[in-house]
Amino acid sequence: MTLHISAAQVEAILEQSRVEYPDECCGVILGPEGSDSAQVLKPMVNSAHSPTFYEFDSKDLLALYRELDEKSQEIVVVYHSHTETEAYPSRTDISYASEPSAHYVLVSTRKEIAPENEFRSYRIIDGIVTEEEVVILS
Amino acid sequence: MSAPTIEVRIPTILRPYTNSEKVVTAEALTLAELISALDNKYVGLGERLLENGELRRFINIYINDEDVRFMGSLAATLKAGDSVTILPAVAGGC
Repeated sequence: MTLHISAAQVEAILEQSRVEYPDECCGVILGPEGSDSAQVLKPMVNSAHSPTFYEFDSKDLLALYRELDEKSQEIVVVYHSHTETEAYPSRTDISYASEPSAHYVLVSTRKEIAPENEFRSYRIIDGIVTEEEVVILS
Repeated sequence: MSAPTIEVRIPTILRPYTNSEKVVTAEALTLAELISALDNKYVGLGERLLENGELRRFINIYINDEDVRFMGSLAATLKAGDSVTILPAVAGGC
C-alpha cells in the first residue's frame, strides 16, 4: 500500500504539529468513498489537550461522520503528532485504531531530529501495524 | 408500555457483527436494554460496547445529536423516532 499526499497537505500537517506543540495535534483527510484519494484536509481539536494523548471531541466526531454520510466521503487519512517520541504507532494508537481502510499518518516534532520532522504512514488492522510508502505529489 | 423500535447506526469496525449492515434496529426503552437487544441479535456486539457493565471509554454512543454520557449513559431513555449512532473514538497517544 502507498499513501499519495500533496506537498501542501504534508506541510499543513507539519505546521499544525508545530503550532500545537507541546500538545499532540490531530486531524483527518477526507476523500470520496472508496477512492483512497486524500483530498480535503480537516484539522481537528485535540480535546485531550495533552502532550501524550489525543482524542477528537465527541461532538466534532459525530459532526464529522454526519458530513461523511451526507457527502459520500470517507476518512482516507487519520493523522496525529508525537511530540517527543518517534513517529511510530504506540500501543495506545494501535488499540484505538478503528478505521481499517484509513492511512494512519504520524509526524514527530521530537527535538533530537530538529530541524527535520518525521512524516510516516501506516495501516493498522486488527492490531497489526504495517508501514507503507509515502509518495508526496508536488 | 411496549418498547419503541430504535434505529442504530453501526460503525465500519463493528459491521462484522451485523452481517455488514450499516443500520440495524432493536426495541428498547433505555440504552442498556438497547445494547442487550442488539447483543441478542448480533452476538458479541455487546462486549464491544460494554466493559464491566459500563460503556467502554473509547466507544461513543449518541442518541440523536447528544452524547449519552450527558444523558445518564446506560440509563438514558429512548422514545419512538430516536436514532442511535455508535462511533469509536478517534484517539491515541505516545
